[in-house]
Amino acid sequence: MTQGFPWIDVLGGIPLLGAVVVALAPPARDLLVKRVALLFSLATLVVAIAMSANYDTDKAGYQFVQDYSWIKQFGAHWAVGVDGIALVLIDLVAILVPVVILASWHDATPTDDGDGPTRHGGLRLGPRSVRGFFALMLAMETLLIGVFGATDVLLFYVFFEAMLVPMFFLIGSYGGPGRSYASIKFLLYSLFGGLAMLASVIGLYVESVQQFGHGTFQLQALQQLELSHTLQNWLFLGFFLAFAIKAPMWPFHTWLPDAGAEGPIGGSVMLVGVLDKVGTFGFIRYCIPLFPDASKTFAPYIIAFAIVGILYGGLVAIVQKDLKRLVSYTSIAHFGFIVMGVFAFTSQGGSGAVLYMVNHGLSTGALFLVVGFLIARRGSRNIPDYGGMAKPAPLLAGVFLFAGLSSLALPGMSTFVSEFLVLVGTFTRYPAAAVVAVTGIVLAALYILVMFQRTMHGPVSAGLEAVKDLSVREVFVIAPLMALILFLGFYPKPVTDVITPSVQATYDHAGRHDPPPVVHTAGNRDGAAAQTDAAASSSGDAK
Amino acid sequence: MNALVHVAAALPAREGDIKAPSIEYSSLSPFLIIFGVALAGVLVEAFVPRRVRRGVQIGLAAAGLIAALVAVIVLHNHREIVAVGAVAVDGPALFLEGSILLLALGAVLLLAERSGDATGGALVAEPAALPGTPQAGELLLSRETVTAVYPLLVFAVGGMMLFAASNTLLVMFVALEILSLPLYLMAGMARRKRLLSQEAAMKYFLLGAFASAFFIYGVAMIYGYAGSVDLGKIHDAVGSSTHNDTYLYLGMAMLAIGLLFKVGAVPFHSWQPDVYEGAPTPVTAFMMTCTKVASFGALLRVLYVAFGDTRWDWRPFMWAIAILTMVVGGVLAITQSDVKRMLAYSTIAHAGFILVGVTASNRDGLAGAMFYVLTYGFATIGAFAIVGLVRSGGSEATHLSQWAGLGKRAPFLAGCFAFFLLAFTGIPLTSGFIAKFAVFSAAISGHAVGLVVIGVIVSAVTGFFYARVVVLMFFTEPAPDGPTVALPSFFAAAALGLGIAVTLVLGVIPSSVLDLAHDAAQFVR
Repeated sequence: MTQGFPWIDVLGGIPLLGAVVVALAPPARDLLVKRVALLFSLATLVVAIAMSANYDTDKAGYQFVQDYSWIKQFGAHWAVGVDGIALVLIDLVAILVPVVILASWHDATPTDDGDGPTRHGGLRLGPRSVRGFFALMLAMETLLIGVFGATDVLLFYVFFEAMLVPMFFLIGSYGGPGRSYASIKFLLYSLFGGLAMLASVIGLYVESVQQFGHGTFQLQALQQLELSHTLQNWLFLGFFLAFAIKAPMWPFHTWLPDAGAEGPIGGSVMLVGVLDKVGTFGFIRYCIPLFPDASKTFAPYIIAFAIVGILYGGLVAIVQKDLKRLVSYTSIAHFGFIVMGVFAFTSQGGSGAVLYMVNHGLSTGALFLVVGFLIARRGSRNIPDYGGMAKPAPLLAGVFLFAGLSSLALPGMSTFVSEFLVLVGTFTRYPAAAVVAVTGIVLAALYILVMFQRTMHGPVSAGLEAVKDLSVREVFVIAPLMALILFLGFYPKPVTDVITPSVQATYDHAGRHDPPPVVHTAGNRDGAAAQTDAAASSSGDAK
Repeated sequence: MNALVHVAAALPAREGDIKAPSIEYSSLSPFLIIFGVALAGVLVEAFVPRRVRRGVQIGLAAAGLIAALVAVIVLHNHREIVAVGAVAVDGPALFLEGSILLLALGAVLLLAERSGDATGGALVAEPAALPGTPQAGELLLSRETVTAVYPLLVFAVGGMMLFAASNTLLVMFVALEILSLPLYLMAGMARRKRLLSQEAAMKYFLLGAFASAFFIYGVAMIYGYAGSVDLGKIHDAVGSSTHNDTYLYLGMAMLAIGLLFKVGAVPFHSWQPDVYEGAPTPVTAFMMTCTKVASFGALLRVLYVAFGDTRWDWRPFMWAIAILTMVVGGVLAITQSDVKRMLAYSTIAHAGFILVGVTASNRDGLAGAMFYVLTYGFATIGAFAIVGLVRSGGSEATHLSQWAGLGKRAPFLAGCFAFFLLAFTGIPLTSGFIAKFAVFSAAISGHAVGLVVIGVIVSAVTGFFYARVVVLMFFTEPAPDGPTVALPSFFAAAALGLGIAVTLVLGVIPSSVLDLAHDAAQFVR
């Protein structure tokens, strides 16, 4: 049942192999471990690039499909394949992991090698295993590739839940002072969401047994199920809860500031940059195709929640004193945009949301990394401990500004394209929502620029006079992300070409079509709205 | 059992024409091997010199268990009722017998381990010695250990196998006693914390006796109702509905109390924390795994074979019991500060999850429950292998605070323990997930959605206290006077390896065993 070269298996296998090799490496060979880990992550990146080059943007449906029977009693398959949405997210993972590994070069170093705890302001507690850190990172890469690549719901669930374990250990073993609390909170929130999804997965499975005579988890087959309205709503809510916690959407977000702030920088980049994308990816890959009617029913409420998230995340971010918490809260606002785009059910909104996922991974990743550079210099996450850093470290300040501007979606940065698409896409269906959401941009400017001003300008605070500027390693870490942000800001076509057909196909399948473009010509908003409703009701009556 | 057969055979003798009952010895071979080995063990205890006795007993017990396992495997296609209707040789019986034998093998390995204790192992040489006397002090440090535990264990295994396979309520009662009596003794054999151990034995004995009384009273009621103790005949009587239902319901309730006590379901659970805490750790592992398999086997057999047609009557009660068991076990485990007590309460919660599969009352539920007890058993054996190795001042360091920073002291063992905890939580890529999935999906197809929702919530609750232990082990700094971690010898290492391997393999590629369980999930009547 195989078709062609098993790209995704190989792609996922390389970091897994790397994790095993790293975990089995002899102790006290830390440099070797780091090099091996970097090598494996770079090899993954190369394969990912090769795979993307082989992706055919003109072909609909999943590509690089592999399908083997896995647990035949449950009808579960080892079924993987990517569409455009999954492909760009897998690429994001493949790009971020080597960056994170390079950024964490000194992060997991035992404190007793002269890199003493005093310099790090007590953020590092005792020696920790270097092998463990990099093995967990690589294992997580495998699981993330699996999550994005799975086309079997049970397989997806397996990766979705298994992903918790390396992240739990990354936060708990390598995080800051509050890491125990943060790691448990992270685990319990995610576990609870995952189990709610498990109930829904089982519900789908049992329904498939009753309707097809044999159980299946194949996404395409499950989309053919005829679900009653009530059942569809309940099953939708199970999936939705898992993804909303994962994303995280307001009001399920409270774990993220803790986990993001207490986790090691590398872990936080992965957590906010990619792990959380699994939630928004889940909306578009599972919630909407499997439960189109329920998605339609709940969409207005979800968009309302998303807007609350945008405003709340922005407002709370402004008053944060902790750099990492601040970045985490900005992410909650950004996730609001993504969710809004997904549930606007327009191809612009959806494409914008997926592009937003990628760009957010790059820009917030960059922002977290720069924050990590700051913390490595000052040993503190507190904004008041900084000030005037632009004077001794101009390059660092410049990079920080760049990352900040990309986070607030300055035109010319890739994030601008996606934010704009999301807002336009939302406006055509929910104009009021888009209007309110725009205030989020103002808030973004506030929290980013205030943070920049407090840390970089003003009088140089004591102890920072002799701070070093970016090292070569740090430049290598941040440069690829900056280059990508700029490149996609001016020329997003390669990515949008991949994303748009898949998003279009997803919405088409769910029976949600774009509202007719009447804004320019007729200028009659009421007429447009009426047509939208007509289109929606004519197509949405599949139930 | 032979005696019983003779009684059965003696009845028609009054007619004058004596016909020898046909006994299918080959179909009974697992039982014959196990009871033979147990008796041989008693002889070894009497005649083999003390010096070599321990080695001989371990070898004999292990060989017997393996031989019986081979016999079970040879029989795997048999579906019949043998020994004049007394014993069923069918899918569930064989699957559960095999499970019990495998898990008992693990328990034997744990019993044989002595590297954890600087002296002679987890068991005291003279269980009868009074605590506090000078003799007891000597015994604490003596290299000697009680070797009679191996034949006792094999007897208990025989009883368990028969418990899961008996086709009449009387044989089931006899099996219940065969399995319980050795366990009462074994619970009191701990080398250290003798008083706790003896208290555990006493409690277990008293409450177990109550449960047995309920069971036999239930048997009497059912006999009054159906005129037979044969499960198939009871089923026929239930179907014909010309009898007085009062006896039926009273009898069912009392049988259920007896069985649920052994299963450890709420509200018949109160013995478990004390007994599991006080009993020697290997014995606790044995009770938690093998007894659980056997009693779920018996419960399933009684409910499905005898009372399958009255499922609409018993299901609501079993639902209530399952919910209570999950919730009480899960919630009380949060407050525990002792590893063994925590695992005891968590085992109650797991009994609740298994009951979810039982109440589904369909083939998937049966297969799921059987798969669950097997996988849970292996994870438990592995976890207890580790509990036995974490020591402080000679005795086991079971208080959770002592486990702080264990991940730094012994990263590998702590990692293994964390893996078992993940399996108990039901994280994918461990057998615990597949097992939970199997019982929950069976329950949903049996229209017990509410049960599954509660099960899911309790799973999240259990996740909390399991994760707390992981946090303690890995994310907390070790105390300066923390426990030492003994290097496991062959025995504990083998038990641990077995637990890890089965938990991982059945989590990643469970197909073959699921298949086995599903094929086996059909009772003969």
